[in-house]
Amino acid sequence: MPAPLKARVHVMLKDGVLDPQGEAVRHALGTLGFTGVEAVRQGKVIELDLAATDKASAEAEVKAMCEKLLANTVIEKYSVEIA
Amino acid sequence: MKAAVITFPGSNCDRDLAEAFAKAGAEVTRVWHKETELPKGTDIVGIPGGFSFGDYLRCGAIAARSPVGQAVAAHAKKGGYVLGICNGFQVLTEMGLLPGVLMRNAGLKFVCRTVGLTVATRESAYTAGWQTGSVIRVPVAHHDGNYTADAATLQRLKAEDRIAFTYVDNPNGAMADIAGILSDNRRVLGMMPHPERVVDAAQGGTDGSVLFRSVVGALAEA
Repeated sequence: MPAPLKARVHVMLKDGVLDPQGEAVRHALGTLGFTGVEAVRQGKVIELDLAATDKASAEAEVKAMCEKLLANTVIEKYSVEIA
Repeated sequence: MKAAVITFPGSNCDRDLAEAFAKAGAEVTRVWHKETELPKGTDIVGIPGGFSFGDYLRCGAIAARSPVGQAVAAHAKKGGYVLGICNGFQVLTEMGLLPGVLMRNAGLKFVCRTVGLTVATRESAYTAGWQTGSVIRVPVAHHDGNYTADAATLQRLKAEDRIAFTYVDNPNGAMADIAGILSDNRRVLGMMPHPERVVDAAQGGTDGSVLFRSVVGALAEA
């Protein structure tokens, strides 16, 4: 019997959307002496344990979850890894 | 005239909002988030401020998809009135009833103080009690009030006269100083400032009572 699948969803702000938290992190890194950090973008990683065993249908379902809840597609983009 | 005020786990302005509607003459019912229907004959739904579902995932995201959230969306789609304040505004954007998003304040800090607001249009049931250009004083209290939308959306809001309130002195980085916006049918209003916190002299101001009297009066006549 195939093992249940795990999904990992990365949610990031879209390019061009100002990320004030990432900018604050960049600034703090500079204060700590880590020069040469030109930009920081902060996002989320969401891990899901799935009952499904079929990779293709699991991926389609997780993408639907992203569209409906996990990401706000007005400002965020997402990517899905199934393993 | 019937108002329904929703309570989510983590709402904390629900009672103040219910009081503000009642003081303006509305018959108010409090509605728990697990309800799947609004009380019969509801004219306006109030979505209060607070931290619904602990602001988990994104502010307002879980509340927007809760059982009562679906009922509120259906109410709005058939032309019902909805007023979302602070977290309620965030919920309305997450539902897609209002365009854009409320991002983290540009200064990254929670902002809690009374600010000046300009009434940007009196062309709505909510703002008809003022003159366009009136300046009022209303408290804000939020961490994520930085209104953000793409250029086309901002252009449309301006062209359709849907910006209800703007900040006199922008506290959060919101685009075009936007503090509150209307839906295209002008019946859904989302705003970050808290008019329900200034409806009685004992609260230190009464500017907010104009909004409640105006919308309750308009709906009572209808």
